[in-house]
Amino acid sequence: MAYFLFFLLAILSVGSVLGMIISKNQAYNALYLILAFACLGGLFGILGAPFLAVIQIIIYAGAIMVLFIFVIMMVNIREGIPAEKKKWTLYVALGLAAVLVLELVLSLKGAFSLPGAAVAEKASPTELGRLLFTKYLYPFEITSILIIAALVGAIVLVKRKEKE
Amino acid sequence: MIPVSYFLILSLILFVMGAVAFFVKRDLITMFMAVEIMLNAANLAFIALAKTANSIDGQIIVFFIITVAAAEAAVGLAIILLIFRQKKTIKSEDIKLMKG
Repeated sequence: MAYFLFFLLAILSVGSVLGMIISKNQAYNALYLILAFACLGGLFGILGAPFLAVIQIIIYAGAIMVLFIFVIMMVNIREGIPAEKKKWTLYVALGLAAVLVLELVLSLKGAFSLPGAAVAEKASPTELGRLLFTKYLYPFEITSILIIAALVGAIVLVKRKEKE
Repeated sequence: MIPVSYFLILSLILFVMGAVAFFVKRDLITMFMAVEIMLNAANLAFIALAKTANSIDGQIIVFFIITVAAAEAAVGLAIILLIFRQKKTIKSEDIKLMKG
């Protein structure tokens, strides 16, 4: 059962990313991305991280993608942007991808032979919250400052200048 | 249970596909989406390895990555909107100058 679920979610997520690469309509790209994020949320759930699965779906598939869709609406390019006409960029991208795969396989070689994942011991949100407010208290507070900075920065950037 | 290597291979595939999408696509918004895919692939690897190490710290790091990604998306999309207002285009090859 777990295997079936894993392969279903894996194929769906890889397929939707592939669809994002092929499609040239930005709105479709955003929808493919929402599907991929939802599948990744399911995979987090399989890995025994229910809190992060929920966060993934609420924040990524919900909030961030709504932001993307708003910007797509405002930018409003009528005709999709066609794929690159120059072929060499595709070849360069594929060559770099091959190098990247090689490098990642080499660096993950040790991790591939790790023993199978232990029986799902769910990390409860209680545990996560306790750790967040004890061991990781300072990073947590710094993150809140970062979010305020990003919020103010985004508003200041997009605000139209008033005419003097 | 599913071996952890399956999750790592999936994360590798997603990361490389995100990198390829970043190079191949030409509009800024889709390139930005490709960056989000790469971040998510890293998240998957973090959670898989946290489970193998039987520790919860990896999940906390994923929590922070998601938060930072949200902040980054807000600022990045604001910049894309600003570029569109000034240049009326979001094609990456039309944006060549540092100072408009």
